[in-house]
Amino acid sequence: MSEVQTVDTMITIKIDGIEYKAKEGEYILNAARANDIFIPAICYLTRCSPTLACRICLVEADGKQVYACNAKVKEGMEVTIDTPTILEERRAIMEVYDVNHPLQCGVCDKSGECELQNYTLELGIDSQSYMIPDTKRETTNWSSVLHYDPGLCIVCERCTTVCKDMIGDSAITTVKRGGAELDKGYKESMPKDAYAMWNKLQKSVIAPSNGTGETNCSDCGECIAVCPVGALASRDFVYTSNAWDLKRIPAVAAHSSDGAQIYYEVKPTSITDRTEKIYRITNEWNYVSLDGSARFAYDFQNTTATKDKAAFDAAIEAFKKAETVRFNAMITNEEAMMLQTLKEKMGFKLYNPEVKAFQTFLNHYKAASGNSLWTTDTDAIMKKSDFVISIGAALRNDSPAMKYAFNNVQKMNKGAGLYFHPVGDTLIPTFGKTVEVFTHKVGHEELALYLVLDLFADKEKLPSNVKEYIESFKKSETKTITEKVEKTIKEMVLNEETGEEEEVSKKVKEEVEKEITVSTNGLVDLLGGDSATFEDTFAKMMKKKENFSMMLGEDLYYHEKAENIAKLVALVEATCDIDVVMTPPKSNALGVALICELDDAQSGYTIGYNENGDFRLSALGDGDLDMPAMNQQEGTLCNIGKRVLPTNAAVEYEGYELNDLMKVLVGAPELTIDWTQTLPTNRGFKSIAFDDLPNSFDNDGTDNRGYRLEISNVETELPEISKCDEDAVLEGDIAYRCNPARQFNDFTDKSHEIFEAFALYASTEKAASLGEKVEVVFDNGSITLDVIADEKMTGDIVKVPDFKAAQGVYDLFGTSRYKTVTLRKV
Amino acid sequence: MSLEQFKNRNIGTQNYVALDVGKPPKSGLCQFKQVVKRTFKGELFVGLWVTMKAMLKALFGGDMHTIQYPFEKLPISPRYRAIHDMLRLLESGNYRCIGCGLCEKICISNCISMDTRYDENQRKEVSEYTINFGRCIFCGYCAEVCPELAIVHGPRYENASEQRAGYSLFEDMLTPIDKLNLQQEYDGFGAVSPNADENIKKTPLAY
Repeated sequence: MSEVQTVDTMITIKIDGIEYKAKEGEYILNAARANDIFIPAICYLTRCSPTLACRICLVEADGKQVYACNAKVKEGMEVTIDTPTILEERRAIMEVYDVNHPLQCGVCDKSGECELQNYTLELGIDSQSYMIPDTKRETTNWSSVLHYDPGLCIVCERCTTVCKDMIGDSAITTVKRGGAELDKGYKESMPKDAYAMWNKLQKSVIAPSNGTGETNCSDCGECIAVCPVGALASRDFVYTSNAWDLKRIPAVAAHSSDGAQIYYEVKPTSITDRTEKIYRITNEWNYVSLDGSARFAYDFQNTTATKDKAAFDAAIEAFKKAETVRFNAMITNEEAMMLQTLKEKMGFKLYNPEVKAFQTFLNHYKAASGNSLWTTDTDAIMKKSDFVISIGAALRNDSPAMKYAFNNVQKMNKGAGLYFHPVGDTLIPTFGKTVEVFTHKVGHEELALYLVLDLFADKEKLPSNVKEYIESFKKSETKTITEKVEKTIKEMVLNEETGEEEEVSKKVKEEVEKEITVSTNGLVDLLGGDSATFEDTFAKMMKKKENFSMMLGEDLYYHEKAENIAKLVALVEATCDIDVVMTPPKSNALGVALICELDDAQSGYTIGYNENGDFRLSALGDGDLDMPAMNQQEGTLCNIGKRVLPTNAAVEYEGYELNDLMKVLVGAPELTIDWTQTLPTNRGFKSIAFDDLPNSFDNDGTDNRGYRLEISNVETELPEISKCDEDAVLEGDIAYRCNPARQFNDFTDKSHEIFEAFALYASTEKAASLGEKVEVVFDNGSITLDVIADEKMTGDIVKVPDFKAAQGVYDLFGTSRYKTVTLRKV
Repeated sequence: MSLEQFKNRNIGTQNYVALDVGKPPKSGLCQFKQVVKRTFKGELFVGLWVTMKAMLKALFGGDMHTIQYPFEKLPISPRYRAIHDMLRLLESGNYRCIGCGLCEKICISNCISMDTRYDENQRKEVSEYTINFGRCIFCGYCAEVCPELAIVHGPRYENASEQRAGYSLFEDMLTPIDKLNLQQEYDGFGAVSPNADENIKKTPLAY
């Protein structure tokens, strides 16, 4: 559906006398940016709401002074960027920003890429007219990664805005700082906007919004990225390098399936060690938001690798006798293609527990809907959707892009959202006032889809059995309720003074019994909602909503009835006006699912690629033969946006690559990236050489990185759908295979700025009842884990992470994501 | 200043004065005559007498111009650019270097490198600093760009040693703490100009 790009109505505006095209309803600032025109602005972020903190984007539109970040374009609008009064305002604002701002640019991490420096120079601020006593502000650390220096902060509120509008954590906010009062004389003498801005600036500072000194957020570090000055920095990066010393290497974040654009920033490790090291990750924060793993899990390279000929020969032998190659989603398309080629020529099995279920689900979906892939992506959702439904995804943990999109829709598009998940979450309801959270039983995912059908489907189009099934949940009851009614009673009262009778009216409350018909929707109740109130809530949610989308997560792929769910999804698409996005479980799961023919199980002599096996190829540096890690190799990755994205090598690698093995085993081209153009075109890939892949964003935020996978559509008939077995739910202690927010695999775990432990995560109450350490006993084994309380979780389900391949968590869970387990205190 | 005089490269048109050196001899006989005349005129002894006088003056008159290098050295201009010195703050003895990295950036032969870190006092600290003197061309940009007058060119121009590396670490260039009182302020490139006060605009302060 969204593949047919909706053409926005374009209008014509004039900026400084030159005509430009702009999208209707867009802010002037965004229209100017899209047309490559510079309007100074500090506090505005393209995909977030206008803050109006800096007021520097003041322009004249049709003779009136407006803020470009907050005023929408109109047909024929004439915008003047600089007028004498506006220039005066801007100069005053910049002078105010420079009041008491420390002059030690020399030691500031931001120096050289500082927007305060840039605008001060741009506007030619060479003297200062204002003054105020300064307040002492202490440097603090907000979390294990966030470092805040309020002395440098210009309170533009970009950090709080991005945290609220994009990330959804709302972990930081402006608080009072008790600065000195402005001199009254300034009100008269200063330009109006500069005074107002200064008044606010002087009173505020940024702090964690929970009132403590700690943010307790997902530690994504997006606040660091958007900070225009050096106030926010990563604790690890503070004072280690100047911006200009770092070399930027465009790449793709390797861990989650977001495929977010990043730059690895490298420079030599130290004076004595000149090998290059990654110092930090930056991103194009106006167009893309990173999660914690993308920003902080970067130093996972394989440093010990050498060309060990003996190990190489052993690997060749191992491949010759291998019956299975076990790997995971942390692999480039090129390497996946190599493994698939080897499979075809050497006949071993390919086993990938992370991707297999997803691949099967995609095939079911394709058979049922005719679409080879899902129909929308998270960027499109953020741009236009105003109603999002999330089913089967632990939004906070699984797919940061979906979490950001879900939240962004609530904040920016005045949206509403439905969130279905068995694990209770306290963060999701804070995304917006019209977010309904259904904490349903494990096994009721199909019911959630039936509810979606009930709420959104064009009933005419639904097959009759589905319609009947949905109707079977609905009951109307007659209830007797007592209502309080106010009645006015008139009485004749004898007035004692006059002796005459007067009419007096009295108000009396009376209880009246009334019979009403209440229709209850059993689906809502089964899913853990309250059908009595849901109808009204839903009516409120649906007000002025036009564009609906649905996000599906990993729970559904691992569901016992995944096929039926895939059919239901296809039915939702066919009968409702809803676009669908699915999150590939991890990293390059989509690429692997498209390229490799995966087998159901492993057997015999197994080669593990970053996984357990009899012979281990490992990029972690602990295997029998070293392989390059994702930041040491070129290649392409597929992401949730269905794009094939090029990534580059950031640090040196001295060992053998998979392609070297290929050369000996079956013959291969010179370089790994020579495989890029051989990716299967019948699965949507294009025959484009790696070096020809573009890697940039347009000024209006259009993603030009790599290319979009071709998606085939075949007309299909409505699928046959079976009913949900409402009783097939898991009871007792349930373990959920789910990683903490910044952990995805062994590589995130290896990175030194990721601290989330491999432990059992449970809600505070559950954690208290479990004690410090538990043994989680599955049918086919057990695992002993420390217990960590996750304040944002509710309910009794516990999360068991899978990011350490060596722990074999996938084998314990088998083909499902939820398992009934016995929790034994240790 | 007008640059006209430099642009005129036609030598013959300028006001040169020709010296009266007489006419050059024309024939072989004339040349012979000139040689004999000059040889026996006694001018040689005039010259020798001048030398004699200077020698006597130096030996007994105490007017010796010879510098007994390496025991004696000529004073050099403050603008001379020799091996770098790293200066300390006179009051506290702390390094002046704040680790801003401007010298590293401006260095045209790419010979400076430094490591910095966040220290215990929440300040930026230079943990390592080195100049590769095999590459340094002593251009003086580093001293000129330094905002703290921390790196300057010192007077140490004798670079002969077994290893150039011997000069190149921070400690080698740093004023020894016990010789802080002998630390000289630098007047060369990047030093504060005598009329600096006239050239700055003052920032109002509310204290």
